[in-house]
Amino acid sequence: MEDIIALLKENVIQGRKTKDDEGVDGDSIGMPGVIELTQLALESNIPPEVIIEEGLTTGMQVVGDKFAAKEYFVPDMLASAEAVSGAQDILKPYLEDSDAMSKGKFAIATVKGDIHDIGKNIVATLLKGAGYEVDDLGINIPPEKIVEYVREYKPDFLGLSALLTTTMLAMGETIEALKENGIRDSVKVLIGGAAVSEEFAQQIGADAYCVDGFHAIKVLEEFQKVKA
Amino acid sequence: MAREGVLIHAPYERMTEEQVEQIHHASMQILSDPGMISFNSEAAEIFHASGADVTSITSADNPCWSIRIPEKLALYAIDSAPKVVKLGARNKDNSLILNGEEPRVFFVSGSEANIWLDIDFQSYIKKSNHNVEIQVPEFHPRRGTVLDLCQAAHLCEHLESLDALIRPVNIQDKDVTEDNKDVNKFFASLNNTTKHVMIGLTNLEQLDNVVNMARLIVGGEEELKENPIISFITCLVKSPLQFVDDTTQALIEISRRGLPVAIAISPQGGTTAPIKEDGIVTQLNAEVLAGITLSQLVNKGTPVLYGSVPVRVRLDDLGDSYGAPESSQYNVDCVQMARFYKLPCYSTAGVCDAKIPGIQSSIERLFSDIVVTLSGPQYLHCAYGLLGGNATFCPLQAVLDDVHFQMIKFFLAPPQINQSEIDVSLKQLEEVMRTPQKLYIRYIRRMLRNGQLSLPYPFEAGGETDNVLALAYERMNEFISQPVEHIDSATTSKIFQEIPGILPRLNVYEEGREQ
Repeated sequence: MEDIIALLKENVIQGRKTKDDEGVDGDSIGMPGVIELTQLALESNIPPEVIIEEGLTTGMQVVGDKFAAKEYFVPDMLASAEAVSGAQDILKPYLEDSDAMSKGKFAIATVKGDIHDIGKNIVATLLKGAGYEVDDLGINIPPEKIVEYVREYKPDFLGLSALLTTTMLAMGETIEALKENGIRDSVKVLIGGAAVSEEFAQQIGADAYCVDGFHAIKVLEEFQKVKA
Repeated sequence: MAREGVLIHAPYERMTEEQVEQIHHASMQILSDPGMISFNSEAAEIFHASGADVTSITSADNPCWSIRIPEKLALYAIDSAPKVVKLGARNKDNSLILNGEEPRVFFVSGSEANIWLDIDFQSYIKKSNHNVEIQVPEFHPRRGTVLDLCQAAHLCEHLESLDALIRPVNIQDKDVTEDNKDVNKFFASLNNTTKHVMIGLTNLEQLDNVVNMARLIVGGEEELKENPIISFITCLVKSPLQFVDDTTQALIEISRRGLPVAIAISPQGGTTAPIKEDGIVTQLNAEVLAGITLSQLVNKGTPVLYGSVPVRVRLDDLGDSYGAPESSQYNVDCVQMARFYKLPCYSTAGVCDAKIPGIQSSIERLFSDIVVTLSGPQYLHCAYGLLGGNATFCPLQAVLDDVHFQMIKFFLAPPQINQSEIDVSLKQLEEVMRTPQKLYIRYIRRMLRNGQLSLPYPFEAGGETDNVLALAYERMNEFISQPVEHIDSATTSKIFQEIPGILPRLNVYEEGREQ
């Protein structure tokens, strides 16, 4: 069991989602990746909670440390996050009634009028890798659809993305729509994108402005601390 | 093994083949008429014995000769000068192979600045908000010493992009005299870097002491020929067209010993040479060919570098304007002339007018660094750490320059484009188009780990601050704290026993040494 968990952790650090990935060192092609090792761990009757805590989460912590030390770059973080995300998809059916799977539900969308989604997709991948249950609503999402979603699925967090100064105004419209429908306080709203700023976030009544996906993880951790 | 340098696959050239031929013929015309004036009698005798038209034009107190060099003599010299010159090194992996027919560039420091610029950082508190404190660099100029030269060579040993050392600082200690200066500057350099060392002689009488020191280091005369860890630079011509007495004698003696030598010519366009591009290039070409001819007449096969250091005059004070685009034009043309003769070229870039490290110094030097490198000189003196023209050496600036040259080298890597690579890209595209996010980010990693991607600028600060100098200062101190491989103890002992004049404080094996 320890071997499988250690390998799982190492492959998260290497960012190897499947056996076809080469990882950081480049000499592991053909060896099982995070997906195959997660399946093997389940077949070996290792509890899913142990797989998550001791394999995936501890691996991601090392990746985060390497990123902070500038040893790793964003592509490395994303590769690891993608690998963890793939493992979580496999583990989800085994953990329907457990808290181990998710730190919370995070809905993310590019707002009305804007079709730019590179930043949104990266943030979604990183958050999923960090242990959040992420629902990607897509691009060009109008306020009423977001209101509808929040009312029905009750996410803990809502991330709004926009690239342009013209479309970022739709972020304020979305928050107003949440207020008008009496559900603003049910969800923390985080905004991000090239055109927005801390000042703009305060102006439209968002709960936080995030510079990038890594900052978003830190902001969410702060929210978790306050909640605790 | 030897250092790789950077191969320029399509050298930048300004002149057409026809223009190169025109410069060549005009230079030959200059050599034959009016020819050179020589203030060195032996050079006049050597040229005379080889068929040049030599006449005395001596005035009462200034003996000199007119030397008209026939074209066939110059062509003989061009033919007999080696097309490939090896510059050895204490660590043979640091050797340089300079091939006149291959535009492979090696980056070299220089150039005997009198002033050493110390740097430290002082704290300042913002007047309107006392919680805000910043670090501001302060620069302190002082006269260079032999221990500064040790430290400069030590630093240069660790600069990844730097391929060879021309001593960057002049040594002006009270106990350094004209008689012991050469042995001390060579020993300080050789003992603190395993890269090639090129230096100009102060006193010709010290030539044999310097050569003997090099022989002791490599193990003998033949070993030094096989691995010439030292070479020389001579500025034997005072433009226009005058052989200076002492430096011409130095070239004669160095040539007799068969050691590599750069024949560096430095006319100033507008004063000592025409300011017009064709004029200065033609004159410089004639002057350097005159020097090469002398070296080959003294000792056929002497390894020489076609040395060009042309510069345009400043219009405000008639000083050198290395930052002027014309200076780079002149240099690029001279590289092309050297290539026409298939001779290895010593060229110049990176000299700036700024007096301290910063934005001005970076902009000024990078312009010529990039342009002249692109022209493909084999041995490029690119002014690592130099400021205020050639007046000042600042080690911090040398660290900045190292990073810039790493970027230039990266840029000049040849494109990896072939059908196999294209197939890989098409496969990536196919895979990406099948994913919902349609991003190529996962494919970055292999390129990154294989060293195929440039790394971020190492002195980038976080947020919106500029902390380049402080970060470069940290890097400089890291380099200085790293050890270098000194000459071994036994050889050091021999050198101190057999070579007179080396200062005891340079002996790293002596207790109480100052290094």
